Amino acid sequence: MTGRTRELMGLIPVSLMVTAGFAAVLITRSAEISDATVTYGAVFLGLCVFAHLFLRNRLPDADPYLFPLAALLAAFGLVVIYRIDPELAREQAQWFVVGLALFCATIFFLRDHHALERYRYLIAIGGIALLVLPRLPVIGSTVNGAFLAVRIGPIEFQPAEFAKIAIIVFLASYLRDTGDVLVRARVAPMSWLHQALLYGVPAAVVGLAVFALDLGTAPIALLGVFAVSLTAVLRERPSLKHFGPLLLVWGLAMFMLLVIRDLGSSVMFFGGFLALLYVATARISLVGVGATMFLGGATYFASTTSHVQQRIEVWQNPFDRELFDAEGGSYQIAQSLFAQGDGGLFGQGLGQALLELPGGSNILPAAHTDLIYAVITDELGLFGAAGLILVYLMFVGRGFTTAVIAGDGFSKLLAAGLSAVLALQVFVIVGGVIKLIPLTGVTLPLVSYGGSSIVANMVLLALLLVVSDDARRDHGRMRQGGLV
Amino acid sequence: MNRQIVQLFGLAIVLFALLIAFTSRWTVFEADELRANSLNQRALIEQQQVPRGLIRAVDGTVLARSEGSGTGNQRVFRRTYPTGSLFAHSVGYSFLTGGSAGLERSRNDELTGARNEFDSIFADLQDKGQEGDDVATTLDIDAQRTAVAALGDRRGSIVAIEPATGRVRVMASSPSFDPNDVPTPRFDQLNREEGATPVLNRATQARYQPGSTFKVVTAAAALDSRRFTPDSIVDGQSGQVVSGTPLANFGGQDFGSITLTDALTNSVNTVWAQVGEQVGRKTLIDYMDRFGFNQDPPLDYPADQMNASGIRNAEGKLRDGGDGFDVGRVAIGQGGLEGQIQVTPMQMAMVAAVVANEGKLMRLRLTERVVAKDGRVREELKPEEQSRVISEESADELGQMMSRVVEEGTGTAAALDGVPVAGKTGTAEVAGAQRNQLWFIGFAPVDNPKMAVAVTLEDQPLGTQGGQVAAPLAKQVLQELLQ
Repeated sequence: MTGRTRELMGLIPVSLMVTAGFAAVLITRSAEISDATVTYGAVFLGLCVFAHLFLRNRLPDADPYLFPLAALLAAFGLVVIYRIDPELAREQAQWFVVGLALFCATIFFLRDHHALERYRYLIAIGGIALLVLPRLPVIGSTVNGAFLAVRIGPIEFQPAEFAKIAIIVFLASYLRDTGDVLVRARVAPMSWLHQALLYGVPAAVVGLAVFALDLGTAPIALLGVFAVSLTAVLRERPSLKHFGPLLLVWGLAMFMLLVIRDLGSSVMFFGGFLALLYVATARISLVGVGATMFLGGATYFASTTSHVQQRIEVWQNPFDRELFDAEGGSYQIAQSLFAQGDGGLFGQGLGQALLELPGGSNILPAAHTDLIYAVITDELGLFGAAGLILVYLMFVGRGFTTAVIAGDGFSKLLAAGLSAVLALQVFVIVGGVIKLIPLTGVTLPLVSYGGSSIVANMVLLALLLVVSDDARRDHGRMRQGGLV
Repeated sequence: MNRQIVQLFGLAIVLFALLIAFTSRWTVFEADELRANSLNQRALIEQQQVPRGLIRAVDGTVLARSEGSGTGNQRVFRRTYPTGSLFAHSVGYSFLTGGSAGLERSRNDELTGARNEFDSIFADLQDKGQEGDDVATTLDIDAQRTAVAALGDRRGSIVAIEPATGRVRVMASSPSFDPNDVPTPRFDQLNREEGATPVLNRATQARYQPGSTFKVVTAAAALDSRRFTPDSIVDGQSGQVVSGTPLANFGGQDFGSITLTDALTNSVNTVWAQVGEQVGRKTLIDYMDRFGFNQDPPLDYPADQMNASGIRNAEGKLRDGGDGFDVGRVAIGQGGLEGQIQVTPMQMAMVAAVVANEGKLMRLRLTERVVAKDGRVREELKPEEQSRVISEESADELGQMMSRVVEEGTGTAAALDGVPVAGKTGTAEVAGAQRNQLWFIGFAPVDNPKMAVAVTLEDQPLGTQGGQVAAPLAKQVLQELLQ
């Protein structure tokens, strides 16, 4: 069976799931299976078969599992959104069609992804510009105190979703060039003076800080990791010229935290950067320096920015009566946890969870976006939620596999970066919903309601498939050559 | 680079595992805490939106129903009780403010249609929404009316059960209250009334001294342990020393040496105190356990609305046997500070039912069956044996002894025309021997028992006797139930 045929087979469970899912929701809604379920299932399957035929033609060697897994996630999201509000599902379905169009366009015009390397600075500037857009007057708008959306007329869009792709493309290209020279093995043994300076100064600084400032355990640990990592980095005598970009990206992440005031997307971008930095340099010490710098900066902003500060307070005390009643307080996260508590192992069944108060208002704020994972857990239980996480893990796994078999550095870094940033996004939003980390307003990729999210993630999928097609073709040839 | 990419994937696996672990924390491990959180209104809102099932009497009369108001998502249901105060204790109540009690609480899952997780997966595929099942009870509306009317404005309780099946046919507790008032301020006011405590279900919660009705338990232990027969001769002289203190018979009467049958017929204290002493503490407690003492009655009713009967010390704690209580005085339904026998009317009805049912105790129940809205029977409760208390022979002998009580002894006021009744009267002095607790327990017909009954009246004036005041009430209720 060829890869493409396997892909077609993979689409069968997807269409079954979307039909069965809509049927389940409709049964609970109106006690009869209307034509809509079959229509939804058929249209969705038709679109997927079209995309499959397109892939068969354009990218015959691409990974056969990526597209069905993404379609499964999108179908699942469509069912859950339909359950929350059929009107939103209709809009989401339209956005899915737009996403599919952009997906095909990306594949059609981007015959070779290496072409992106030539425009890396343009792409970087575009990415940053996208991030700053919501801060602009007139078109910018805030969501829960974070500047994440742009509103032009009736259309609202979240530029961060596209910016994440642009920044990963830039970083992959940049680190491919500089990764090797960013660090280099220590050439000669150091003089005693050098050694004393190298180990003595950080130790003295940390010691002084601990004694002089009355620090808690967390800051001490942070400082300790920072000092050890920095020492390890300095031992390799990196050139400041190449070390600069690390500081630049750190500054950018801090700037973003300050400008868009969203912890979630900052973690996503900076985490993606650290992941690529590690893949490119194989130096955990660089990650240590970067992570502690980011955490330190974030802590500083948390203590000065009231919006971030409140987010953290709410995260730590969701059941505090005062915070629960406060504007923008812990009501959302507390309701999220209550909804999950109702889910149990198997959930209450699609369409059965309590979403509305007797007055008609929502008990779960932003059920279709931020808290969609809580709705899924409530209705499908721990098993349903774990299944969803596993689908994401399989998708990310295929992405990393693509990175492993890719032939050149840029392809490896691009595939790994796109996979990592998607994994991080899932972690940030699900982690927020389950109170593992503070709740922030990023979407659950391909599942949450949101045009920008689904369109951007379809583009991300297209890029992964382009890299994959290239990698598997080369990989196949190499294997064949080896046999001959 | 490949090694780093694989490590990165490893990190993703760890992070995702962390997500699943935290999800299971909320959905499984801490789900109960979340549901109990005072900020969590989900259960209350959901309960309000579910039409609870009906509760019916044995003839189908509706005792509790839900009335909807509003439409669409704002549709909420509220409970009403058409029979008012008549079934306030057995049926109970269920309100958003005021909480729930009685069958409304013990059968809440059935009434709200709550299913376990495995059932709900299949139920979701068929049902269009949660809907409560109906609960058909064993309660007899006419007999309940008779019992409530018989009690009148006196404080007390009447319980009637079918000995062979454990069906509770009457559960009356006086004074009562109107469950429709529970969410109103009137209810709080009513509940504060000194001494009356209308919300207390005297049938299952009161702790009364049983007086001479407890001699039935003593007699059961005496006969079944084969230490005595109905014809055993015991000295019934008044003023005999029991545990170092002289004990008097009722009115100081002397009986001479008489049989146990005569001693039960005339309720001779000195005989039964001696029997108790000879049976011994251990055997007596053993038989009490078999009758169901020292634990809540085996009834489908909320545990915190039931009390165990047994020997209680001055602090009200149940004694689990051992030495130190006056077994002679406990055997006649009295006792001292170190251990006094205290019972619920339900327990004494169980004692009568065991004798009536050839020595077997059946599980008690208020629920006959649970019926889905479409008429399907979801659950049918079958008679179930709780324990073998005494042998069939001992039960038969004891039944004959008790029938003499109604034929010619202290309980003649319970006699029915054409139907032989067996029973035992009781008069316990309470409140420093200033007031009386009056009792009658019994069953009928003697040769083929259909119904067992316990009647008690609290705080009655000195000079009244169980045989004169309580026995006629038992007669009325038995007459109604045996029609």
